[in-house]
Amino acid sequence: MSPESSSAGGAITRDEVAHLARLSRLAVTDAELDVFAGQLDVILGAVARVGEVAAEDIPPTSHAVPLENVFRPDELRPGLTQEQALSGAPAAEDGRFRVPQILGEEQ
Amino acid sequence: MSAPTLVDFDDVVDRYDPVLGLEVHVELSTNTKMFCGCPTTFGAEPNTQVCPTCLGLPGSLPVVNRAAVEAAIRIGLALNCDIAPWGRFARKNYFYPDMPKNFQTSQYDEPIAVNGHLDVTLEDGTVVRVGIERAHMEEDTGKSLHVGGATGRIHGAEYSLLDYNRAGVPLIEIVTKMIPDTGARAPEVARAYVTALRDLIRSLGVSDVRMDQGSMRCDVNLSLSPKGSGILGTRSETKNVNSLRSVERAVRYEMTRHAGVLDAGEKVVQETRHFQEDTATTRSGRIKETSEDYRYFPEPDLVPIAPSPEWVEELRGTLPELPWERRARIQQEWQLSDAEQRDLVNAGALDLVAATVEAGAPSGEARSWWVSYLAQQANTRGVALDELPITPAQVARVIELVSSGELNNKLARQVVDGVLAGEGEPDEVVAGRGLAVVSDDGALIAAVDEALAAQPDVAEKIRGGKVAAAGAIVGAVMKATRGQADAKRVRELIIERCGG
Ligand SMILES: [Zn+2]
Repeated sequence: MSPESSSAGGAITRDEVAHLARLSRLAVTDAELDVFAGQLDVILGAVARVGEVAAEDIPPTSHAVPLENVFRPDELRPGLTQEQALSGAPAAEDGRFRVPQILGEEQ
Repeated sequence: MSAPTLVDFDDVVDRYDPVLGLEVHVELSTNTKMFCGCPTTFGAEPNTQVCPTCLGLPGSLPVVNRAAVEAAIRIGLALNCDIAPWGRFARKNYFYPDMPKNFQTSQYDEPIAVNGHLDVTLEDGTVVRVGIERAHMEEDTGKSLHVGGATGRIHGAEYSLLDYNRAGVPLIEIVTKMIPDTGARAPEVARAYVTALRDLIRSLGVSDVRMDQGSMRCDVNLSLSPKGSGILGTRSETKNVNSLRSVERAVRYEMTRHAGVLDAGEKVVQETRHFQEDTATTRSGRIKETSEDYRYFPEPDLVPIAPSPEWVEELRGTLPELPWERRARIQQEWQLSDAEQRDLVNAGALDLVAATVEAGAPSGEARSWWVSYLAQQANTRGVALDELPITPAQVARVIELVSSGELNNKLARQVVDGVLAGEGEPDEVVAGRGLAVVSDDGALIAAVDEALAAQPDVAEKIRGGKVAAAGAIVGAVMKATRGQADAKRVRELIIERCGG
């Protein structure tokens, strides 16, 4: 994680919290940066303890169940109508979801 | 923003080596999306091809479309890639409303196909081997419409409207290795590669690869290295390159722009740029987030894909005759020289001629029509050969009418003109314009007699045995019948009437 990388067990810096907040478009106050840095540190520290018991020869696990190749046939399944799709949207226009101004970047 | 300083292209290639990289996204033409059973048809009413999974609603779960995996493996095999025995999907997290989940599911660092190549033939016949780094599966994003502001761009827009019909449509991203040493031919190599890839994927029948509809999209990565230094420059990534011609122009423009930046002693910014179709330039987009910023992690809702060797071999068996195999076969069957073959391919006529032959025409005539008269017509109209409003079957019918003697070459061209003008099928044009060759001897004899009477001195010569003099009378008869007579028959009749 930039700008300063933290290895497992190292302290999470305020800068890292600020960077993550920016990526998530969250407004975080200076005071909150300190609070979250401390809290995230505790969480990461707890998770990092797993590394203490995992030996070199144990690969990291991404899936809890040993399953592979679960596929679906290429067949149509009924979906939602436009009305249903938009029913939970805070705003809609011309059959589309309406979202506020997108700032700062362009895909 | 001030306009960038551009360096003359020839000057650029004198002093710099371009390094190309191409990323091509292909939308698969499966019936359903990558992870749900929604349809993928282009052009439906907004948000009518969506479900809880592709809208990212809570509690929904994705399941991989088997047909999409098969298509990906077939593309990998056709590109001479190794198929990975095991791989997972990952979540690419980013904050942008074109994916309602707030992440895109992508194979990222465990692609299904790696380390292949595609041989690309340039216009003069040079073959360039383009290395394929990987081909991986992912899903397409929704479409956004920016409202307010002048240009339909995000900048200045008041709000945006989202249609998620395309969100979740299976995509294959094909990434080349760095393509070095192309020099002044970099733009041509880029275009030829995308063309070859398009033809290959079309032959596999897994996508309609329409750049104009977005089912095939190209990103151009380019950097310059001072000539002979071997030092890699910083690259830019140009998106929104939506035609073959634009691929060529985007490479050319970026080369001249990079050189301008480097000549001024500045650094090229690593960024995403957008190609502007109208001006053939690029403009700066966002500064690229680093891959760390996407916080990739293995997708916990999808299990790994582990194609067995048996499955891969079974799919290899389904590969059709690939474009280069087909070209080689056709060249042999039609007995074309390398130059003739190249002309045919460069004119974009190969498929059209093949279809005309399939419709019953001899290959020589079919080839002649497409690469000469029809190519001229396409050129005059400023369209590609396959955009002319005439089908191979119609061309085959015209050829048939000529070989049966119902049309001569001059009339045949008029029939083709009629078809191009929307006057219907060749037979309808023949009837509508009254173009059939006059084969009724009675009418011809009258015209011959008239012409002989009009030129008594010529008639006398013919009677005296100077058969060569008949040419003048043939010309007069052809003129009188507005070219609709069979010249050979006219000559026979003249000699007959002169007691020959
Ligand atoms: Zn869906």
